[in-house]
Amino acid sequence: MRSNPKTNPQTVKSTDSVFQVRNANIYYGSFLAVRDVVMDIPRNQITAFIGPSGCGKSTLLRCFNRLNDLIDSFRLEGAITYNGRNLYDSNIDPVEVRRRIGMVFQKANPFPKSIYDNIAFGPRLNRYKGDMDELVERSLRGAALWDEVKDKLRQSGLSLSGGQQQRLCIARAIAVQPEVILMDEPCSALDPISTLRVEDLLHELKQQYTIIIVTHNMQQASRVSDRTAFFNVQLSEKGGRTGYLVEYDNTESIFQSPKEESTREYVSGRFG
Amino acid sequence: MSSTGAKENSGIFQPPTALDKRLDSGFVWLTRLFALGIAVLLLWIAFQVAKDALPAIQAFGLGFIFQSAWNPVTNQFGVLPQIYGTLVTAFIALLIAVPVGVGTAVILSENFLPLKVRTILVFLVELLAAIPSVVYGIWGIFVVIPLLRSTLGAWLYSWFGWFPLFSTPLAGPGILPASLVLAIMVLPIITAISRDALTSLPPDLRQASLGLGATRWETILQVLIPAAISGIVGGVMLALGRAMGETMAITMLIGNANTINTSLLAPGNTIASLLASQFAEASGLQVSALMYAALVLFILTLIVNIFADLIVQRVKRI
Amino acid sequence: MTRSYPEKDSSFDSSGLVRANFSSRTLFNNMMTGVAFLLAAMAVIPLFAVLIYVTVQGITSISPSVFVELPPPPMVEGGGFGNAILGTVMMVGIGALISVPFGVMASIYLTEFSTGKVSRWVRFATNILSGVPSIIAGVFAYAAVVLTFTTLGWGSYSPIAGGIALSVLMLPIIVRTTDEALQLVPKDVRQAAVGLGATKFQTVWGVVLPAAVPAIVTGTTLAVARAAGETAPLLFTALFSQFWPQLWPPDAFLQPTASLAVLVYNFAIVPFKNQQQLAWAASLILVLLVLITSIITRYVTSRKA
Repeated sequence: MRSNPKTNPQTVKSTDSVFQVRNANIYYGSFLAVRDVVMDIPRNQITAFIGPSGCGKSTLLRCFNRLNDLIDSFRLEGAITYNGRNLYDSNIDPVEVRRRIGMVFQKANPFPKSIYDNIAFGPRLNRYKGDMDELVERSLRGAALWDEVKDKLRQSGLSLSGGQQQRLCIARAIAVQPEVILMDEPCSALDPISTLRVEDLLHELKQQYTIIIVTHNMQQASRVSDRTAFFNVQLSEKGGRTGYLVEYDNTESIFQSPKEESTREYVSGRFG
Repeated sequence: MSSTGAKENSGIFQPPTALDKRLDSGFVWLTRLFALGIAVLLLWIAFQVAKDALPAIQAFGLGFIFQSAWNPVTNQFGVLPQIYGTLVTAFIALLIAVPVGVGTAVILSENFLPLKVRTILVFLVELLAAIPSVVYGIWGIFVVIPLLRSTLGAWLYSWFGWFPLFSTPLAGPGILPASLVLAIMVLPIITAISRDALTSLPPDLRQASLGLGATRWETILQVLIPAAISGIVGGVMLALGRAMGETMAITMLIGNANTINTSLLAPGNTIASLLASQFAEASGLQVSALMYAALVLFILTLIVNIFADLIVQRVKRI
Repeated sequence: MTRSYPEKDSSFDSSGLVRANFSSRTLFNNMMTGVAFLLAAMAVIPLFAVLIYVTVQGITSISPSVFVELPPPPMVEGGGFGNAILGTVMMVGIGALISVPFGVMASIYLTEFSTGKVSRWVRFATNILSGVPSIIAGVFAYAAVVLTFTTLGWGSYSPIAGGIALSVLMLPIIVRTTDEALQLVPKDVRQAAVGLGATKFQTVWGVVLPAAVPAIVTGTTLAVARAAGETAPLLFTALFSQFWPQLWPPDAFLQPTASLAVLVYNFAIVPFKNQQQLAWAASLILVLLVLITSIITRYVTSRKA
C-alpha cells in the first residue's frame, strides 16, 4: 500500500482507516474538478476539509457516499475504498452505500413531514423491525434535540428553527445507524449559538461515528476536528478551476506548524 | 451646467402640456377599463345565461337537476342523466389520466432520460393539448370506437357482462369511448402541472432522501410526490374542470342518449354535449331549458376551477 | 450529561455493499421505472396515432380543388370547402380584432399601472375565464348576439356572433402571454424612459410594449391556432352554410357561415363517403395549422431563451 507522503503515519494505522482515497481525479464531463487526491480517513475521528471556495472539498465529500452519481457528467478516476472495498466497483449498490454513510447538508433539509416521520423515514425504508418510538427517541436524544421536541413530534419538521432543523437532520441521519456521517458545511446557515450546540454534538457523536466535515470556518475546524485536510484551487490553462489536496495532517500541526506555505497563509487568514 | 445652458434648454424642451397630461391619465383609465372588462365579461356571461334561463328556472325550479325527462314535445325538461354522464365521463377520464399523467410527469422531471429527449417529450405532450377537440372526435368515431368494439368492449361484455357497469354490448358510441378520448385530452394538463410541481421542489429534498439510503423510487413515491401533492391535486382539479366542459369529442362519441344507463358500454350524454346537439334546432321553452342546463354546467365548472386556481396559486407562491 | 446512541454492529463488514439484484427493494425500483416508462409511452402514443391517422386519411382526400370549391351534396364526387376556410378566417379575424386590443390593453394595466389587489383579482378572473367551457362561450354569444340580432331584425346566426364567441376564448390566452411578456421587460428600461421625462403613455407605448412585441405575437398566434380549431362556440352562433360567406351589404357578415371545424363535425357524423373524406381533409388542415404554429412558436421562444 502506498502511503501519502504528507500524512503523518504515526497517528493513523492503515488498518484503522475507514476510507482510503487513491489518486482520485474527479471530472465533470471533460472538466477536471479535483485532481490527485490521496488520503486516509481514520475511524471514529473527525476529519475536517478546509480550503477556499471552489477547491472541490464538497465535491470530494460527495464522492464518499456516491451522491455525485446524480450528476450525469460526473466521472471518477482512481479509487475510493471503504473498509477495503472500492466504492466505485460496478457491483456496489449506491443505495446501500448511502445508508451506511449518512449525510448532513449545508442547508437544513427536513422533509415536509412530521418530526417523527422525518426520523422514521430511513428506518422504515430499511424495514426496521424494532420499536420505532424508541428509535426515534434515541436518535433525537443523540442529536440533542429530544427535550425540545418531545411534546410536538407530530408537528411538521419545517416548523422548527434553523438550528433545530439541522439537528433534526442529524437525528434523521443517525437513525439509519450509519458508520460514517458526512457533513457539508452543516453550520454555515446557523446562528453562533446553534453552531456551538452542533459542535458540542459532534464531539459526542465522534465516539460512535466517523465524521468528515467540510467547513469554511477555520475556527470551527480547529475546534472540532482531529485531522484537517487543506485543499487549494489552481487555475488551468483553459481557465478551469481544479482543486487539489495541499496538506493533510493532525489539526494541531495544520494550524500551528503547517509544512506548506499556502496552508500557513490560509489558516492565518491571509487569503481565501 | 452653466446657467445660460439651462436657459437655452428651457427654450428647446417644452414641459408636458395639459393635453399631454390629459392624454396620459386617459390612457391609464382606458387600460383600467379593459382590465376590469375581463371581470365584467365573466359576470356578463353568468348574467346573460341566467337571464335567458329564467323561464325554465321558474317552470322547473331545482327539480330540473333531479329530473330525467328531456322531452321538447311535452316541454318536460330535467338534466339528471346529463349531470350523471358529465360526472361519470369526467371520473373515468381522470381515473386513466391521473396515473398516466403523473407517471409521465415523473419521467419528465427526473433524469431517467437525457435532457434533450425530455424537452422533445414535453413538447409532444403540449401538442396533445393543441389538437382540436373535433379532430379527436372524428378520430374517435373512425378509430377508437371500432377498436374498442372488437377488443376491450367485447372483452368486458363477455367476461363481466353480469356486472351492471358492463351489462350491454358496445354497439357504437358510448360512455366508455367518450371517456377514453376525454382522458387523452385532459392528460396534458395533469402532466404539465404535476411536472411544474415536481421540478419546483428544492433539490436538497431529493438528496436528503437518497443520502439516507432510499432508492430512487422510494424517494419519488415517499418524498417528492407527497411534497408536490398540492400542485398535483390542483392540476387534477383543472383537468376535472376541463373534462366536465369538454364538448365536441364527447358529443361525437357518447351517443347523445338522454337516459341514465348504468352500463359504461351504453350511450349516454353530458350537459355540454346536450347543448351542442340540441341548441341549433331548439325553440321556445327548450332554449330556456338549455340555458338552464348551461347555467348548471357553468356553475359546476366555476366551482371546480376556482378551487383548482386557489390550489395552484398557493403552490406557486410557496 | 448522558446520551444514548443508536447501537451499531461493531463489525465493519462491507460485503453487504454489493448490489443485490433480486432484493425486493431493487426489484420494486426497477419495476416502477418500467411502469413509469410504460405510462409515458401511453401518453405519447395517442398523439402519434391521431397525427398518423389524420395525415393518411387527409392526404388522400386533399386536392387543390378543396380550397376553392363549395361543399358537395351527398354522394356527389368532388367539391371542397373554400367557403369554410374563408369563414374560419373571417371569424378568427373578428375574434382577434376584439381580443388582441382588449387583452393587450388589459395586461398593460395589470403590469404597469395597477395596485396589487386589483391585478390579483383581474388575473384570477382571467384564469377562471380560461376555464369556462368553450360551449358556454357559444351559449353566451347566442344569448347576447344571436338573440339580439333576431330582435333587431338583422337576421340571426352570423360570423359576428361566431367571432365574438371565439374572442371570449382567445382573450385569456392573450392576456396571459402579454402579461408574462410585459413582466419580463426589465425594470431599468422603464426607469430609463421615465428618467428622460417620458410620460406613462410614452414609456409604455414607446419602450415597454415594443420590447414585448415578439411575445405578444407568439401569444396571438397560439390563440389564433386554438380558435381556428374551436367548434363548440360556432355550432349555434355562426351555424354552417353550403354557400360562400356574405361579404357585401346589405347582408355582409349577417348570414350563417361555414367554418372548417363545424364542417369536420357535420361531415364526420354523416354516412356519405365523399363528405367524410372532406372532413378528414379539413381535419388535416386544422392539425397542420396547430402543428406548424406550435413548432414555430416553440422555435422562436427557445431561441430567445
